[in-house]
Amino acid sequence: MRKTLTALALALAAATPAMAELVVPNLSYRTGPYAPGGIPYADGFNDYFTLLNERDGGIGGEKVATPECETAYNTEKGVECYEATKGSGALVYNPLSTGITYQLIPKVSADKIPLYTPGYGRTSAANGKVFEWVFNYPANYWDGASVAIKYLLDQNGGDLSGKKIALVYHNSAYGKEPIRTLTELSKKHGYTLVEIPVDHPGQEQKSQWLQIRRDKPDYVLMWGWGVMNAVAIQEAANIKYPMENFIGIWWSGSENDVLPAGDGANGYKSLAMHGTGMDYPVYADLKQYVYDTGKASGAGDQVGSVLYSRGMYAALVISEAIRKAQELAGASGINAAQLRDGFEALEITEERMAELGLPNFGQPFKASCEDHGGPGAALIQQWDATAKKWSLITGFIAPDDEVLVPLVMEDSAAFAAENSIAERCN
Amino acid sequence: MFYREAGDFKTTYRDDSQTFPIRFDRWRYYAVVAVAFGVVPFLINDYWANAVLVPFLIYAIAAIGLNILTGYCGQVSLGTGGFMAVGAYACYKLMTAFPEVSILIHVLLAGGITAGVGVLFGLPSLRIKGFYLAVATLAAQFFLVWLFNKVPWFYNYSASGQISAPERTFLGHAVTGANTTASSKYLFCLVILFALAWLARNLTRGTVGRKWMAIRDMDIAAEIIGVNPLTTKLTAFAVSSFYIGVAGALFFSVYLGAVEVGEAFGIQKSFLILFMVIIGGLGSIFGSFAGAAFLVLLPVLLKNILVGQFGWATDLAAHIELMIVGALIVIFLIAEPHGLAQLWRLAKEKLRLWPFPH
Repeated sequence: MRKTLTALALALAAATPAMAELVVPNLSYRTGPYAPGGIPYADGFNDYFTLLNERDGGIGGEKVATPECETAYNTEKGVECYEATKGSGALVYNPLSTGITYQLIPKVSADKIPLYTPGYGRTSAANGKVFEWVFNYPANYWDGASVAIKYLLDQNGGDLSGKKIALVYHNSAYGKEPIRTLTELSKKHGYTLVEIPVDHPGQEQKSQWLQIRRDKPDYVLMWGWGVMNAVAIQEAANIKYPMENFIGIWWSGSENDVLPAGDGANGYKSLAMHGTGMDYPVYADLKQYVYDTGKASGAGDQVGSVLYSRGMYAALVISEAIRKAQELAGASGINAAQLRDGFEALEITEERMAELGLPNFGQPFKASCEDHGGPGAALIQQWDATAKKWSLITGFIAPDDEVLVPLVMEDSAAFAAENSIAERCN
Repeated sequence: MFYREAGDFKTTYRDDSQTFPIRFDRWRYYAVVAVAFGVVPFLINDYWANAVLVPFLIYAIAAIGLNILTGYCGQVSLGTGGFMAVGAYACYKLMTAFPEVSILIHVLLAGGITAGVGVLFGLPSLRIKGFYLAVATLAAQFFLVWLFNKVPWFYNYSASGQISAPERTFLGHAVTGANTTASSKYLFCLVILFALAWLARNLTRGTVGRKWMAIRDMDIAAEIIGVNPLTTKLTAFAVSSFYIGVAGALFFSVYLGAVEVGEAFGIQKSFLILFMVIIGGLGSIFGSFAGAAFLVLLPVLLKNILVGQFGWATDLAAHIELMIVGALIVIFLIAEPHGLAQLWRLAKEKLRLWPFPH
């Protein structure tokens, strides 16, 4: 009896994977209603680090381990995963969940581990003066909202007054993030904003789309995730909403979201913060070192998709930050605090992206002590249902910093006051 | 041999009616309390506190609360998640409005506010019973979650609708916020659980508890012998909601530190706690502990065995884990419909006869 109890206790405690020199935990979700988004992202994230390990022998000679932990997009499990992996020398966290990010921001600040949340998480973390340990470049939600409105302005000859724009959003921290920006922008541009929440998990949206059918908004923006995206696009097709007036955030613009609606999804637009598809030189290496050797993560069927590319992009930025940190520290074995310095000194240029095999993939950016948010520009992509392919219809559109910067300052100042944080970088 | 009434002579009525009349049982209880208070705080680390023990303690409080209402008073409730949300949001508003007051007082006040809300939603129980009452409390669940999402005042107009707990201290030690040590988190929850469990045990042994049980067993008969259904049902709702509100406040402030209402206090939380009570055993304080332990610890244990020991893929392990927990629930309930508490009771009966069973 005592033996079994000890064994059980050990099993409860034994969540630590084998030690490697550089540990980048992958808090992923491959189960539950958000798995359509979680699986490709986690695969892309793992595959890029596998490529570095196989082709270059890791980063600066140190192998990278990406122990995976299943969160199911659930905050309680996310906390468990964080606690289980942080003891193993974790260098950085990338939980791909705004809810878990909110949990982790105070925890990583206390434990001194960087948190990297590209395109999600708490927008005001872009202010490095307050959020020392959090980075969310190259773009965040408020940038996304502003870019979408700028694009619509462009479509309407610079005038949106009298237009009605509906926001269909996931009723959570994630979906509520853009509301403040869109409200501010509505004051500036004179459109009316209609907020339409969809509760977790979003499989039932009949009443929301009935409301859209009745109100006939000129444009619909969507902040959705997981099964919610596919359902919304299907419902929009069912009420014959003009798809070209329906724009999703970058989390609502993957193949898994539009494919279920078939031809009905043709013309649907979404934001994008990077290119997609397999026309990049890096895929030749990935094929040679990862896919053909059977080391691909997961089922290997997500390669080249939008979210796979995004997982890969996140891994790329993290690996570049590690490289930078190694350079700054003058050693190949680094700790979490040194990696934070690497994140803060990171600059990714177009030349560097081309060197890494991803030319014209993402925007160049440079971080600094104050700026953890990057330039925040985004592209617009449109779905072609016959070719089953996303095509980019604009170049990078810069957000309206005149509106965004004061909002970021206000929200981060509120956080600093709540937690009595003194501003850095002065 | 050791588990015997024989030779354990009681000379006063007080001794005779104590909670643990058998000496061995009493010493076992003292040992558990001593280990929980005297040994665990020195060994605990962040992982054990945040992933295993603190959620267990908090769910145990919630399970005791629901057990009072459903197990002792017979009123089925599906509003537990909503009532936990009331506790969490009350605690948040109090914490941010009165930062200098001790967090313990906020947690207890949050429980008090939840008790008030619980009584309000308990009023229909005077007219409707059984499944119909379950539906009425289900309405409470959805209404409360909707309310906390809809009215920005509850989350202090934050951009994301999240509430997050700032650092607050108790007796000079931080118990909320990121700088809390594992042992202070654990001890804070343990002290509250210990006090509330002790209170619940004694309430259910006294007049109040007997009235609840009379209503549960047959409300008309209870009314005829002079039990007032109004006060009895409403006290059950009040006490139960107090416990659940305290659990919700701790869940938000000590355990997670930041929550969003739909995700943390949705309908699945109501079901989870109802399952804890049913698996643990209706009408038993020990059952509440056993049920909470079963549903909190088992998934973590399975995950660590399957992923940590066997090295399985995380998604496969997550799916298998759901299947194993589900199968175990079914097997347990077929083997013992009265829950883990009844198994414990039977084990004690057997021990009493051992080594000479009939």
